[in-house]
Amino acid sequence: MNLGFDITALPATEHVRSGDQAPAFSKPVVTAEFWEETSLQTLLEDGPVVLVFHAMDGDFPATYTFQGIVEAGWADWDRAQVVGVSISTPYEHRDFQREWDGFEAFSFVSDPACELGAAYGATHELDGMSITEHRPAVFVIDTEQAVQYAWVAEEYPAFPPYDDIEAVVTGL
Amino acid sequence: MSDPAMTVYRLQACPFCERVVRTLTDMGIEYESRFVEARHSRRDAVKRIAGVRTVPVLVDHATGVTMAESANIVEYLERAYGESDPQAEEPTATADGGDV
Repeated sequence: MNLGFDITALPATEHVRSGDQAPAFSKPVVTAEFWEETSLQTLLEDGPVVLVFHAMDGDFPATYTFQGIVEAGWADWDRAQVVGVSISTPYEHRDFQREWDGFEAFSFVSDPACELGAAYGATHELDGMSITEHRPAVFVIDTEQAVQYAWVAEEYPAFPPYDDIEAVVTGL
Repeated sequence: MSDPAMTVYRLQACPFCERVVRTLTDMGIEYESRFVEARHSRRDAVKRIAGVRTVPVLVDHATGVTMAESANIVEYLERAYGESDPQAEEPTATADGGDV
């Protein structure tokens, strides 16, 4: 019996890269208290944004991604805010925040049609399902809306290189 | 996104909230929506802002007025911003006793 993960290579993708202007968006953003239509521009008024694209809320890919973020101490950052992005609805995001220790420190974009995935070049076709969701990816966006760092998964599952991202944020 | 004049704390498909939103729409007043949770116990933001856990709650950023109860909100809006009201800029004026 094989209990290990099967790692699948993902097709190459043209994605947003460091130095690019981050594609603008306006989507429902879920915090621990309410959800509200919010633009990237509005988010950036509070400082740089670390956009974390992840699999839909519910199973281990999304959960491990954010448990890694909690363990890395990103909730304590004062120089950037962590914003998750998935196809999950605001209610699912709210349940996800509540279910796991520390997740309420982060806000989550609800992008059911995966429009951000398409705009940033980071989508994932869920095998065997007619579902397009976000490919694991992280974009560090400064207050000028410039992408300072981009990581986009080349295999699945994949988890962000936490140390690399932290180094970029520390240098903002 | 510019800052709308008002914020409405609301609940999806809540008829009392819809009443307030309909009034704002009819009056051409821009507002932003903040959806909160169905369970009263989870509406800490509303409690902190308005002192109650019921929705809708309206925050009028121009006047600083924050209020709950849809009937009160609609009455406030009509009094403060209604077309036929000559005292439109004085939402606290109540001495006229009603419509002219």
